[in-house]
Amino acid sequence: MSEVVADAPRVGLFVTCLVDSMRPSIGFAAIALLEAAGCRVEIPTSQTCCGQPALNSGDRDGAIRIAQHTIALLEEFDHVVIPSGSCAATIIVHYPELFAHGSLWHARAGKLAGRTFELLTYLAEIRRWAPRNVALAAKATYHDSCSGLRELGIKAQPRCLLAGVAGLALTELEGSETCCGFGGTFCVKYPAISNAIVGEKAGHIADTGAELLLGGDLGCLMNMAGKLHRAGSPVRSFHAAEVLAGMADGPAIGEGA
Amino acid sequence: MNAFTDRAARAVADTTLKLAIDRTTGTARTKRDAAVRAWPQFQQARELGRQIKDHVIAHLDHYLLEFERNAIASGAKVHWARNAQEACDITIRICKDAGARSVTRAKSMLGEEIGLPQALAEAGITRVETDLAEHIIQLAGDPPSHIVWPALHKTREQVAALFRAHHTDPGAMATVEAMVSSARRELRAKFMAADVGISGANFLVADTGAICTVTNEGNAELTTTPPRVHIVTAGIEKLVPSTAHAMSLLRLLVRSATGAELTQYTTFHCGPKRAGDRDGPEEFHIVLVDNGRTRMLGEGLAEMLRCLRCGACLNHCVVYRQIGGHAYGGVYPGPMGSVLTPVLDGLAESKDLPKACTLNGMCQEVCPVNIPLPTLLRGWRDKAWREGLEPTTTRGALGIWRFMVLRPGLYRLATRIALPVMRLFARRGWIAAMPLAGGWTRHRDLPAPAAQSFMTQLRQRKSAR
Repeated sequence: MSEVVADAPRVGLFVTCLVDSMRPSIGFAAIALLEAAGCRVEIPTSQTCCGQPALNSGDRDGAIRIAQHTIALLEEFDHVVIPSGSCAATIIVHYPELFAHGSLWHARAGKLAGRTFELLTYLAEIRRWAPRNVALAAKATYHDSCSGLRELGIKAQPRCLLAGVAGLALTELEGSETCCGFGGTFCVKYPAISNAIVGEKAGHIADTGAELLLGGDLGCLMNMAGKLHRAGSPVRSFHAAEVLAGMADGPAIGEGA
Repeated sequence: MNAFTDRAARAVADTTLKLAIDRTTGTARTKRDAAVRAWPQFQQARELGRQIKDHVIAHLDHYLLEFERNAIASGAKVHWARNAQEACDITIRICKDAGARSVTRAKSMLGEEIGLPQALAEAGITRVETDLAEHIIQLAGDPPSHIVWPALHKTREQVAALFRAHHTDPGAMATVEAMVSSARRELRAKFMAADVGISGANFLVADTGAICTVTNEGNAELTTTPPRVHIVTAGIEKLVPSTAHAMSLLRLLVRSATGAELTQYTTFHCGPKRAGDRDGPEEFHIVLVDNGRTRMLGEGLAEMLRCLRCGACLNHCVVYRQIGGHAYGGVYPGPMGSVLTPVLDGLAESKDLPKACTLNGMCQEVCPVNIPLPTLLRGWRDKAWREGLEPTTTRGALGIWRFMVLRPGLYRLATRIALPVMRLFARRGWIAAMPLAGGWTRHRDLPAPAAQSFMTQLRQRKSAR
């Protein structure tokens, strides 16, 4: 852990509802990484979900109320960091769209959007942090989750950070910018279509010959890991933050804890 | 299962369909990608294209009147149709006035939109589709499954079988060239025998009154030139101020559609045959069709009127690539179709379409006029929610979830109860089946949740310090 200096930013970590329930290790990896990058990390205890399911289901009123709850919770921090491109994009891109221009809530949403970051982008671009003394002898491939890629421009940041992990060889995935078929509630509303999409994705992952599948969004990772496991594939899946925090020696997604 | 999920499930299970989709959309994606990479100013051209379309849409009344004035001056007759029924009625009346028994048709999605094939059949007029792919699906009795390649769902092997069954002189059908030659022999006589030729328009040029068609087969020229009467049916959003603007959009359209720099045939049709002309139609009719377009202006869908009908959003859509065009159930499939079909068929009839999308954003990324398709699809979802079109189970489940998300204490309690229950279904870290999770576990395993949530673990770590 690097020392926390006096002018260290006060960072509010929003772990996301999926990480809270399904994979807490990503949250602990995020804390470790942010502290290593010289941040004072706080975890507001009233956090739940960013509201994406409401937003994407057309429940605009619900999305607005959840956005107000989350804005009030997070606006006191210098920076807000989220280990997910799609949840970060909800706050950065979609919260301001929920409120009328000129309204107080629009201003508050805009202010929060301006200081909210996806974790890997924050480490690479804002904190200019690079991994030191992190090693993992493995062949890995990377899937670019769509919201992070297209709404926040996350592409080079994870690759740049992972290049600093000693022994880790990253092989590019064919169609790495093609959706994995998760799509939030899409995958359970239209399971046959989602399955066909993730089946093709699993094939491309297998073609790389990688041992590890890495990504920056737990939803997509769970979808791909779940398909790979059902298909009997030996590929193991981790969030990139877990690898960067030196936690990839533990159980992968679905390996129990 | 409803009609959409039923069609989608059948499409997903059809391996021949998947082969056909992958062949054509795969080639299209590769060629488009190469064309865009070879064009360093693509993003500037895309922005210019967007501006041209937005300008015209904002001044539709001005350009429509200018177009009408100039088209009439060139000798064309201009007709206005508020909806599909009026457009068909006008077209059939012109055909009947011309005493037409046989019409040739050059591919037009607007024609499909207004139901012109059915209207011609009901009027007892023989319809000959002259686009090769349209010819194929006419033989097969299928609707188009793609807006650029209507017979995309047919493999070349299936096409060979169709031609063998229907062509008078099919030959060996050993190569694609032989198949095309057979279609050519079949169609040539019909081109010359037609009384009326019907085409769509890729552009309506306001300052000349001309209409522009693009094809790779020359069938539009053979449809519009030999017959005595040429009828154009076109949506009013096809307007451009001038030929130069049409050319700017043409560069975007063709590269985005096929990856070529230009179509083999790009023709500006301006008025009927004039004195001294060796060929051309004696009558030239243009039917300008609204059919919901002005309503789209007022309903937050103006950006959709930019659409050039290039098909790039279909070729790049992960859903289209799995289910093909027919499963969508509307005239226009894919992302652009999922925005347009609720306008044309009603949202209640097509409420699945805006939801059957992962909102991954690739459609907007490849759109040559930057239509915010995911945003427009979200707009339909908002409307479906407001109008109560969502199933009560979905509304109920989301309502309970929302109630708890807004009450963190309750949310923690629910998490504390749910996680151990879920873990009862897990074997070695994975859940293969669980009540209420069938949508997920039918096709993939679900990682077991943590024994304790992040928040619980965090509190324990803090109190242990």
